Amino acid sequence: MKITEEDVTYVAGLARLSLTPEELQTMTGQMDAILDYVDKLNELNTDDIVPTAHAVPMANAFRADQVRPSIGVTSALANAPQEVDNCFQVPRVIE
Amino acid sequence: MKTRYETVIGLEVHVQLTTASKIFCGCSTAFGQSPNSQTCPVCLGLPGALPVLNQEVVNAAIKTGLATNCRIAPYSIFARKNYFYPDLPKGYQISQFELPICEQGWLDISGEELADKRVGITRIHMEEDAGKLLHDSAGGSLVDLNRACTPLLEVVSEPDMRSAAEAIAYLKQLHQIVVYLGVCDGNMEEGSFRCDANVSVRPFGQTEFGIRAEVKNLNSFRFIKQAIDYEVERQIELIEEGGKVVQETRLFDPDAGVTRSMRGKEQAHDYRYFPDPDLLPLEVSDAWIAEIRAALPELPTQKRQRYEEELGLPAYDASVLSAERPLAEYFEALVARHNNPKLCSNWVMGEVLGAIKENDVTISACPVTPELLAGILQRIEDNTISGKIAKTVFSDIWQTGKSADEIIAEKGLKQVTDTGALDAIIDEVIAANPTEVAEYRGGKDKLMGFFVGQVMKASKGKANPGLVNKLLKERLSA
Amino acid sequence: MSASQLTISGLRQEFQEQRTTSVAVTQQCLDRISSTDTELNAFVTRCDEEALKTAAAADTRLKEGAAAALTGIPLGLKDIFNTRGVRTTCGSKILDNYIPVYDATVVERLREQGVVIVGKLNMDEFAMGSSNETSASGAALNPWDPNRVPGGSSGGSAVAVAAGQVVAALGTDTGGSIRQPAAHCGVVGLKPTYGRVSRYGVIAFASSLDQVGPITRNVEDCALLLGAIAGYDHRDSTSVDCPVPDYQASLRDGVAGKKIGLPREYFIEGLDPEVKRAVDAAIEVYRGLGADLVPVSLPHTDYSVACYYLIATAEASSNLARYDGVRFGVRHSSGGGLIDMYQQTRSAGFGAEVKRRIMLGTYALSSGYYDAYYIKAQKVRTLIRQDFIKAFEQVDLLLTPVAPTAAFRIGEKTADPLQMYLSDIFTIPVNLAGTCAMSIPCGFTEAGMPIGLQLIGKPFGEGDILQAAWAFEQATDWHQRQPTNNRKPDENSL
Repeated sequence: MKITEEDVTYVAGLARLSLTPEELQTMTGQMDAILDYVDKLNELNTDDIVPTAHAVPMANAFRADQVRPSIGVTSALANAPQEVDNCFQVPRVIE
Repeated sequence: MKTRYETVIGLEVHVQLTTASKIFCGCSTAFGQSPNSQTCPVCLGLPGALPVLNQEVVNAAIKTGLATNCRIAPYSIFARKNYFYPDLPKGYQISQFELPICEQGWLDISGEELADKRVGITRIHMEEDAGKLLHDSAGGSLVDLNRACTPLLEVVSEPDMRSAAEAIAYLKQLHQIVVYLGVCDGNMEEGSFRCDANVSVRPFGQTEFGIRAEVKNLNSFRFIKQAIDYEVERQIELIEEGGKVVQETRLFDPDAGVTRSMRGKEQAHDYRYFPDPDLLPLEVSDAWIAEIRAALPELPTQKRQRYEEELGLPAYDASVLSAERPLAEYFEALVARHNNPKLCSNWVMGEVLGAIKENDVTISACPVTPELLAGILQRIEDNTISGKIAKTVFSDIWQTGKSADEIIAEKGLKQVTDTGALDAIIDEVIAANPTEVAEYRGGKDKLMGFFVGQVMKASKGKANPGLVNKLLKERLSA
Repeated sequence: MSASQLTISGLRQEFQEQRTTSVAVTQQCLDRISSTDTELNAFVTRCDEEALKTAAAADTRLKEGAAAALTGIPLGLKDIFNTRGVRTTCGSKILDNYIPVYDATVVERLREQGVVIVGKLNMDEFAMGSSNETSASGAALNPWDPNRVPGGSSGGSAVAVAAGQVVAALGTDTGGSIRQPAAHCGVVGLKPTYGRVSRYGVIAFASSLDQVGPITRNVEDCALLLGAIAGYDHRDSTSVDCPVPDYQASLRDGVAGKKIGLPREYFIEGLDPEVKRAVDAAIEVYRGLGADLVPVSLPHTDYSVACYYLIATAEASSNLARYDGVRFGVRHSSGGGLIDMYQQTRSAGFGAEVKRRIMLGTYALSSGYYDAYYIKAQKVRTLIRQDFIKAFEQVDLLLTPVAPTAAFRIGEKTADPLQMYLSDIFTIPVNLAGTCAMSIPCGFTEAGMPIGLQLIGKPFGEGDILQAAWAFEQATDWHQRQPTNNRKPDENSL
């Protein structure tokens, strides 16, 4: 086994997904199979290889420090599931 | 018991930059606007929106790095720090993790009752701020994203400080530098300069560090001192009672003056940092660094040193005058017009600072400009007016904005140096005080001061004190 | 002319000669959608009213002689592009009610040209899928055989073009999502070089791999549409500031003397014999046109699926963190705390494939596994990219099949995600290498399903592959065949 149900539960927590017991079982099996497959990458020696983050090598994309108009509070909140006082409302954050 | 333990402090300072627009979008960074009015698809984290780096943020990072003796990385990258929180629109914060823009710097700290010391700076990196969470009456929390995507520098120190006083000295110096550089407004109340402190204790002689607690929410020098002191005491007590310090995040409560554990609120930290594929690597050329270096202002430490060594000022004057850039600029503008640094220093530290404090204005708004003040000093040095009259001239200029010469002329404040005119006054004073004259002549030399005072009073302060002294001596010894 | 014969180049001519109007062809498309889409399910959202308005405005512009290249042409957009005021679901329940307040850059460019946007097209949820079966709106069906998948993730786009519902469409391609459905539906699809087309406003799946591209009925239309959307965008840091050539103007330059590489790793066991036969025949066509066919090797091809499924899922796990029910989208909350809200929203809003990929990507980035999985995959990505660089030192372009098989049956691969992933083996390496490639029709299986030919170009060599594709199209008539759409869905496969 590459991955256990405990690992999958931990990862689901990080990803803010809740899985039913059946989903957990299926997910563990499928992830295990996929991880088993991707293990084939270890056939390759990559010790001296530089990782590629972007396929087209480029650097330094900038914008000038200029203020551009904002979209306005109405647009900002246009899709808000819940809004109060021009803010997005969420269940209370406990501090 | 406290003396058996050594305190170890490392600081993470968040410096909010004064750019006009946010770090990855064109929204304004202005403080205190109505909620969510300064937002766009990028800083709202709407689907499909992409970040583009504000070049001025990079300039500010390089400036700060150079001013804190850092190595500027020729190649650095942005990374995503992944976690869920309602004030973090994208579900990740764009920051730098591996390969930050500045590394391996230091600041030398000094102060009263502090040994001179070098504090290491591990790294400085650029990142975006989160939004703001408020609580509403209905039992929910409210999210305002105006602040989201505001540019920050995070300055991480080595755990080199051994007391709250050292921590404060380091912070004050860093604060002074970023304000001097103009990259930060330094406003701690608005959160423009805020600090997390990593605090641990260990028995003296032990080489490895103790377990540290990270104290958050420190937005004034006073709170930082209180929080560190509290935390040190708490940890020592805990250890002495046989307990163990746990590594955790603690929140400082300024009302109660205590730190409180944030345990339970946070899940395990597994931020899954990885290079942000939406942003390109940042390459900073030597030419770019040189250009910024050339344009760096003289920093407070350098100024202080120069004031002492080149201008011959006492250490105290040098330190007061260099503490804030506008004040230093005022002083330097004055010296440029009137080349008597000590006289200039006396006047700036005395009259000028006194008046701006009394009138509650900033030095930049001081109505007696360096040019006008130089006009006064000149008339002191050429004996047109006395130091005392000069002070009246100063307050007249403050009121009217007229030049020293105009006021001296209008009010007839020119010193009396005509011997004939003074002789007449002296005659009167001698005639009016026969007892004192007799006593003086009888050997009571101290009375000279009394006679000078009488003459000055009779001349309405316009008499030249040196001349009066000389004439009086001649007449009384006759 | 029937709706399924309309082309951009043909319509431009007709508009110019005033033989038809934008309103007329738009109406023709809308009628076609009405008569076919109940079955095909290519559209997620229709914009009939707005489309006719835009068409009328386009007709005025055409009359005034102020028309741009695409003025008045009815197009469809994959439902992944932000369209201001028009619902954009990205194939997901979590965005069921999302109405963007801004346009993607490509949408903005099309609107400026006076393009008529007919509607938003079906796709795999968040572009994660190779069959269109992960869509929250249900799968679009292959117009050549409704028992088969149209391919994915830009399935709806390929279906709409193949079935004559729109003249052309835009899709996105992260691991083959334009080329594979284009191949399966018998149309032309092009994935540009990474950075050629702006990604701003395109809902992200895997940011270092995603590219926007055209799906069209012929190669010339592909050149025209690419020309309209390509080019630098200051809002996308990864967009490349280099001039956009006139792709249409160079189409006719031919392939005589061109060196075309045949990567041995793409002609392997497991390649369907019918697909192999069609691609072999295409090779002969090119030989006949005077091209020089040479064997080359892309030795790390076999590692590309593994590499891709780590990089793409890692990026996706982060890109999809913003779907948290706070600022937009469908929130699920049963009165619990914040974490409950997050979990309920995301668990109810995302489908199984999306969850699987978020999980896999989160795992690959998590503490202790980052180097073993994510960094390892990025290093292998370097090797795969180097394969292409070396190959392009020898040849001008590469020729391969698009997919190992023609369109498979609905439900055939849903139970085994890995098998589904492996069907992208020939398209994925191009995304990892960041270069450009296109799919053009090159034959049919005995069952009547289209087969696609892939032409892979050097970075920013879109002009080269379009030229080669046009030469092939002139020499063959595969692109002229149209789905008859007289087959009824199988009972047992639905």
